[in-house]
Amino acid sequence: MSTVTFDERRRALGFCIYCWTTMLLLAVLVWACFAYLSLDWSLLFSGESAGYMVQFIQRFFPPDLSSEFLQRIAKGTLETLAISALGTLLAAAVGLFLALPAAGRLGGLPKAATRFFLNFLRSVPELVWAALMVMAAGLGPFAGTLALALHTTGVLGRLFAESLENVPSQPTQALVESGASPSLAFVYGTLPSITPQLIAYSMYRWEMNIRMATVLGFVGAGGLGQMLYYELSLLHEAQASSVIIAMLILVVFVDAISAWIRRRQMRPGG
Amino acid sequence: MSFQLDRVGLIHGGNSYQGGGQRALQAISLKAERGERLAIIGPSGAGKTSLLRVLATSLRPTEGRVTVLERNPWQLSGKELKRLRARIGVIHQAPPIPPRQRAITAVIAGRLGQWPWWKSALSLLYPADIAGPRDQLARLDLADRLFDRCDRLSGGQLQRVGVARVLYQAPDLLLADEPVSAMDPALADLTIGQLHSEAATRGVTLVASLHAVDVALRWFPRVIGLRAGGIVFDLPAVKVSDGVLRDLYASETGTLPTQDNQPFHLVAADEPDTSRLKVVAPPRVI
Amino acid sequence: MPDSLSQPATRDPDAIRRASWILGALLLMWPLLHIAQFRPAELFDSRNLAVMGGFVGGFFPPVLTTEFLSLTLKATIETLAMATAGVVLALLIAAPLGLVLSHSLSISRIGPGPGRGTGEAVRTLSRFTLLLLRGIPEIVWALLLVRAFGLGPAAGVLAIAITYGGMLGKVYAEILEAGDTRPARVLLEAGSGRLMAFFYGLLPGAAQELASYTVYRWECAVRASVIMGFVGAGGLGQLMDQSMKMLNGGEVSTILVIFLLLVLLADAISVGLRKLLA
Repeated sequence: MSTVTFDERRRALGFCIYCWTTMLLLAVLVWACFAYLSLDWSLLFSGESAGYMVQFIQRFFPPDLSSEFLQRIAKGTLETLAISALGTLLAAAVGLFLALPAAGRLGGLPKAATRFFLNFLRSVPELVWAALMVMAAGLGPFAGTLALALHTTGVLGRLFAESLENVPSQPTQALVESGASPSLAFVYGTLPSITPQLIAYSMYRWEMNIRMATVLGFVGAGGLGQMLYYELSLLHEAQASSVIIAMLILVVFVDAISAWIRRRQMRPGG
Repeated sequence: MSFQLDRVGLIHGGNSYQGGGQRALQAISLKAERGERLAIIGPSGAGKTSLLRVLATSLRPTEGRVTVLERNPWQLSGKELKRLRARIGVIHQAPPIPPRQRAITAVIAGRLGQWPWWKSALSLLYPADIAGPRDQLARLDLADRLFDRCDRLSGGQLQRVGVARVLYQAPDLLLADEPVSAMDPALADLTIGQLHSEAATRGVTLVASLHAVDVALRWFPRVIGLRAGGIVFDLPAVKVSDGVLRDLYASETGTLPTQDNQPFHLVAADEPDTSRLKVVAPPRVI
Repeated sequence: MPDSLSQPATRDPDAIRRASWILGALLLMWPLLHIAQFRPAELFDSRNLAVMGGFVGGFFPPVLTTEFLSLTLKATIETLAMATAGVVLALLIAAPLGLVLSHSLSISRIGPGPGRGTGEAVRTLSRFTLLLLRGIPEIVWALLLVRAFGLGPAAGVLAIAITYGGMLGKVYAEILEAGDTRPARVLLEAGSGRLMAFFYGLLPGAAQELASYTVYRWECAVRASVIMGFVGAGGLGQLMDQSMKMLNGGEVSTILVIFLLLVLLADAISVGLRKLLA
């Protein structure tokens, strides 16, 4: 067994000082977060609260599966789907309309202004929009549709604008030069080449919006979310668990279908 | 008895881990006692790697029976199999070392199968043993690269780190899959020499598959020729003649593969020849 | 000469297909609008208009009193703390489940050897658990946890821990399977334990991607924390919910601006950290 020099020991400690200090800093920050929140851990781990938790969970089983309630759930699911579909559709239409100035087709100032507007629309979370729309249009799925439409317009508008900027301009130019009006040239020249991309973005967004639509109801914007909030407020845990199960099934179902569609598109010739 | 294969066959099945349905090994019967040193030679695609992997218990044969270190690995429990595998050391042709890892950590990983978990965990931050890996790397002339990252090493140096890891593991069965393919002849000699002295001093079995015929014949007393998944010959090195070799490599280009890519030929087995190197003790022992 | 060449087609062969698509879409629109109770007229209903007008009118000027601003600052810090604590707890769930789920660390696959059945069963169970954890939206968890633990950030932290644990676990497993798995497999073949094979074989190569995704999720968690405040889980969201319920437009506009700045800050931190890790 040969000896190890001090220099070797020092080098063995490896890891630059830089890495050690960063990790230490992160650890301190994380500890600070927990300390600031002063979470009451005993609430989670004491025997008493564990018993309370078990009782709480027990109230959710068995879920209410009566045909009457299942009908209401079906209606709620349809409402959720309709909210997401209509909201995405509106957003795609308005988004396309706003994408034109946002891509710079109408000059520099409109571009900046539209971009700012679209950014604002998408920075405000859907739920906040939903709360505002409930104020403007009353409780119910209409508020949810508007909220999704507003937020998604911001998202799709920006995505569409990027597509427009990346599309080659020769086809449209050629049409304009041969006498077509600019709007017709756009429809015949640019639109066909970006339509597949636009549809792909919209479908992807619709999938996300279905998930979103299920929770917008928490502030009164219709669908399964509103049902869940309502049942929980009345302490109808059995009904609430049925709604949660329905939400889960909907999300899993939508996930599976979109994965299937994506697999089909990846196959050659699909 | 170090290992014994009885009519072992291997067909790569259809499952994702092993690849398409191809026959890799055909009715292999091979036996070796403790302390023996064997070389496996043959054209590419002959099944050398598959044979070594069967010996290493990483591949389960589809036919036949395997006994390694006096145990049938596929009848052991998970824990016993783990212990058996810790006694078998495999040197891979392409070293399986993450690029950003340091050489010392890569070598220390050789004892993961033997150390308790806390010792292995602590070694991530500060190696529990610095002298050990350093000495193994020194045997292969790499001691100055002890703390360097592996992506800063050349191909030959990286291969030597892989060898050092297995030397540090100190296994009872040493398997080497083309361990010197990326090295020049001098380094290849040094490395094979170290494997030999390791096998000799500790009295363990060494099996190496080699691409270079000259290295195989120079260093190993027993040579096995493999072709299309079957053993063509199993001879002491002195009995391997030119004709035998040409038969083995029949489909390859005219020259036999060597470490330095220079032409190589043997005189007939029964003629006295002073130009042929006989099996001797390794040139250098550190 | 074949008929189709001598007689030019007079009808667009695609017309029928396109017409039926458009007709189908239009037919679908009517029930869609009905179910979604699409009534634009409601927007201009005098009552709603009055409420909305008064509310929006109150946006300017935004409330900028020191008292309210310090309240907002505390809420913002609470939101950031919630997101960070939530993601850290999520790691505690995601790390072990991700390691178990990833078949790069499967010993029974080598050979294949003993324990194949148990291994696959455990992996299926973990996949199912992760699916369950992230299938339910975090705000639903938050609502349930508020009912169980009362108002305040605890419910939000746990809700993030649960859902993000599910998301991180799935992605961790995918990252570990996608990279170079040879080093870890070779270590397992040499008798190493699974955890050590991960640290010595997988982590050096995967660390950057794992950390980068985790930081991205932290940024998402900041936004989610604000949203969960709407169901009583504390932070900026709860403040905004209260101000909205009191129809105080000025406070809402202040909080909205602060929220937008917070999102920008989180985005900047996230981008900076990820560049640092590269």
